[in-house]
Amino acid sequence: MGESSAAATPEDLKITPLHGLHLELGARMVPFAGYDMPVQYPKGVLGEHVHTREAAGLFDVSHMGQARLKGPDHETVAAALEALAPGNFKGLGAGRQVYSLLLTDKGTIVDDFMVARPAAPEEEGSLLLVVNAACKEKDYAYIAARLPENVTLEPLEDLALLALQGPRAGDVLARHARQAAEMIFMDARRGTFDGIACHLTRAGYTGEDGFEISVAADKAEAVARALLAHEEVEPIGLGARDSLRLEAGLCLYGHDIDETTTPIEAALNWAIPKRRREEGGFPGAETILDQLKNGAPSKRVGILPDGKAPAREGTEIFSTSGEKLGVVTSGGFGPSVGGPIAMGYVQTGASDVSTEVVLMVRGKERPAHVAPLPFVAQRYYRGKK
Amino acid sequence: MSDIRFTKDHEWVLVDGDTATIGISDYAQEQLGDVVFVELPDIGKTLEQGDEAAVVESVKAASEVYAPVSGEVIEVNEELEAAPGRVNEDAMGEGWFVKLKLTDEDELDDLMDEAAYAKYIKELD
Repeated sequence: MGESSAAATPEDLKITPLHGLHLELGARMVPFAGYDMPVQYPKGVLGEHVHTREAAGLFDVSHMGQARLKGPDHETVAAALEALAPGNFKGLGAGRQVYSLLLTDKGTIVDDFMVARPAAPEEEGSLLLVVNAACKEKDYAYIAARLPENVTLEPLEDLALLALQGPRAGDVLARHARQAAEMIFMDARRGTFDGIACHLTRAGYTGEDGFEISVAADKAEAVARALLAHEEVEPIGLGARDSLRLEAGLCLYGHDIDETTTPIEAALNWAIPKRRREEGGFPGAETILDQLKNGAPSKRVGILPDGKAPAREGTEIFSTSGEKLGVVTSGGFGPSVGGPIAMGYVQTGASDVSTEVVLMVRGKERPAHVAPLPFVAQRYYRGKK
Repeated sequence: MSDIRFTKDHEWVLVDGDTATIGISDYAQEQLGDVVFVELPDIGKTLEQGDEAAVVESVKAASEVYAPVSGEVIEVNEELEAAPGRVNEDAMGEGWFVKLKLTDEDELDDLMDEAAYAKYIKELD
């Protein structure tokens, strides 16, 4: 049997504050973005995936980069970030978070990241960023080089980040952090978890309701253990994190988006709000605004294989008449879908839902069709109906 | 003669007369995790020792299953198409992949017996 995996010597790998806990819980560890990370626990990827959708899963995402962008006031900091990314940061309310994209001057994607404006007045003039682990150094260098003199970027290296995701996440977290109950999707609040200072955001990357909990590195294990003590909560590894986000139609940087794709090609148009479309003023705006108006040559779409064979990243996509349309950028098995699912780029002319395509899987033609994203409905908590 | 042998890549082969049944070891299924898809070769296909005989996919990844010995495919375990999880449940039995008509019995000498394989996987962990 052969399975290709990137070789890295354990000595070169960094660890998160929960590394010891992962080992204690029986995790299988793999190198990921320079860190020794749990890919799965004894429950297995399938079981962990289903558990997250049905109850609550705890993820260690401490490898991700947390940083503070700081300036004299919100207007100044927001303007500095608006020069790098197409989000509406000036209009971001206190205590709110938004997903955005760092862009190259060509309008392609340096990284996707989260931006929170703290709720507390004493933090006025700060934005809290969460960037991808593999992009940390690149992002920080890119941002720092382009900031005005009165705005600084401060990486927050002594923080851990935990994600609690799933339909029971809100209920469980509220037992430790009462602030959780008052938050809706994309809210951001400082709070306490059993008395431990933390920053909570009601967000995540699974398509489920859930929270991310930013806490001092030396307090992370106490928080994790308190959450895992509830029967609703199981530890979840990177394997299920990947299948959950794929079902939710969410992009994985370095796979579905990178410095060769624009937000429009990536079908992330929603990440460019109205004011930024009208005003421009972000890197690559000319290209992006032109693509918004006239369309891009290719587009990210959902791909649903008609049979049972998964189509992995790199699988070529053809039209039924044999013309190459593009390539799969994420693909595998969707446990909640109960079959294979994929995302990839196709020529825009072939991007309509239900378009029949052919996937070349190990030299065999496998019929598939373009499908709407997400594959599993997102269940974010937007307040009581 | 009925005898089980293992490869370093964690396939097993059980020879009965000139029929060689091939599967993956219990260690391999555990490493893979939940099997969600199995691709089997066409009947009549001739495989050389080390050729790709089948593909087994977990949620995470696809892995090749190599032929531990050379031979012609005479039967495949079609049950696995509907129930790939059988590989996890009974890797050494009901979860077999392919039956070959053995062409060169001497190839078995290259492989490990059960005791040698047990020692081999112990050293891997």
